[in-house]
Amino acid sequence: MTGLHRAYLLLYNVILAAGWASIGWAAVREYNHSGHVKHLFRATEKSLFIFQTAALLEVFNAAVGFVKSSTQNSWGYVLILAAWTVTEVIRYTYYAFNQLNMTPFILTYLRYTLFIVLYPMGVTGELICITKALPVVHSSKLYSWGLPNTWNLSFDYYYVLIGIIPLYVIYFPQLYSHMFRQRKKVLSPRSVDKESKNR
Amino acid sequence: MGLSVEVEDARSGRIIANVDRLQSHATIADVKARIAEKHSKYYVERISLRLDKKGKSLKDNEQLQNLGIDGKLYFKDLGPQIGWSTVFLAEYAGPLFIYLLFYIRPEIIYGAGAADKPMDQVVKYAAACHSFHYAKRLLETIFVHRFSNSTMPIRNLFKNCTYYWGFAAFMAYFINHPLYTAPSAQQTKFALIAFLICEFGNFSIHILLKNLRPPGTRDRKIPMPDANPMTLLYHFVSCPNYTYEVGAWISFGIMTQCLAVMIFMFCGLAQMTIWAQGKHRRYKSEFKAYPRGRTAIIPYII
Repeated sequence: MTGLHRAYLLLYNVILAAGWASIGWAAVREYNHSGHVKHLFRATEKSLFIFQTAALLEVFNAAVGFVKSSTQNSWGYVLILAAWTVTEVIRYTYYAFNQLNMTPFILTYLRYTLFIVLYPMGVTGELICITKALPVVHSSKLYSWGLPNTWNLSFDYYYVLIGIIPLYVIYFPQLYSHMFRQRKKVLSPRSVDKESKNR
Repeated sequence: MGLSVEVEDARSGRIIANVDRLQSHATIADVKARIAEKHSKYYVERISLRLDKKGKSLKDNEQLQNLGIDGKLYFKDLGPQIGWSTVFLAEYAGPLFIYLLFYIRPEIIYGAGAADKPMDQVVKYAAACHSFHYAKRLLETIFVHRFSNSTMPIRNLFKNCTYYWGFAAFMAYFINHPLYTAPSAQQTKFALIAFLICEFGNFSIHILLKNLRPPGTRDRKIPMPDANPMTLLYHFVSCPNYTYEVGAWISFGIMTQCLAVMIFMFCGLAQMTIWAQGKHRRYKSEFKAYPRGRTAIIPYII
């Protein structure tokens, strides 16, 4: 495990811990405020969704971790680390502040602006890592089960990865422009005024 | 001077048409026809008219004078449309060909000499069952079903064909594989019988539903068991045709002992459950005397 990898995991876990704590605090506040558990889901669902998504990150960590040196020492991994740490720190801090209804505008601005560079950076990094992982997955038959077997089904992780690559390319324009639309909606002068009026 | 209606595009606010000189008993269909006359791009099946911008689509046979529309309707373009029959025929014909393509064990898929390797009896039954299932669907589309709507958005054609054709290839690949492992002959026999019973059950329900609606009408009646004992399932569920369909695929999966079939069955079950629940809700709200105790698709469960 490289020093960079350990630092990433430390940061990741500190943030996630803080995040989960904020969900817990929001839940307690809601209960104290309303006296019953009816609205807990509504109060915490957005954060919960975020942290469920973060669970997927864990899977990626594990999957990439298996493939060790060739991907971890690649520029792809550096790109992923940089893009994800910056994005996720800002994103989780943003949601934490939202729970407390005191989000500073600079945070909102960064969350809806940095993606312009970080998203393509992250996608490039992930594609590099997948490509580098391919020969290792193929030779080690990682996550693959073949025929014959009693259930007459086979699975080959190698081909799944190959299949994922074009999906990244196909869906990138849609997702990227969706984020621009979100940015326009959130950072437009009308909604900014609404936000400051709400304080 | 007759009724007149201003038709505004719900999205852009542009006035699509000012339809005037309508008869007092004019319907939504008449307004749509006039819009299509003015803009040939918007054939009637593509038009949705509502009372508010985000409201529900009004039915073609609704009379304007009964709607209280205040001289204004909102328009939405449903996009290029394609006939239901067309979609059904395309999505069902594909699996018929695709499965048989794998059945002959082409070298390009299974490697050299695959076609000469021994083939289990159950693999032949499976090809027959799968082909029978889709041939039956094609014939039902042509001779049995009466569709409520005439068209659907054209993107559905691509979505549906990908689903049916993709899963046909997925199942066919494994069942016809030279390394396929057959289950016991007894398991094959019982599952085959169950499959045929479910196919017949599904067909029985389709016939009952066809007879429920006289030709050319859009009648809606509560479906009840008829002389065919397979229709007794109506005592338990609102959509026994879906119940039998799920049963057929479970049987096919047990007969072939192939997990790929079970995956396909689960996807179909999920979609049919959503459709069945919608139908069940509509039956309950439309008919005061709708039998309680029926569930949507699985007796007692959902």
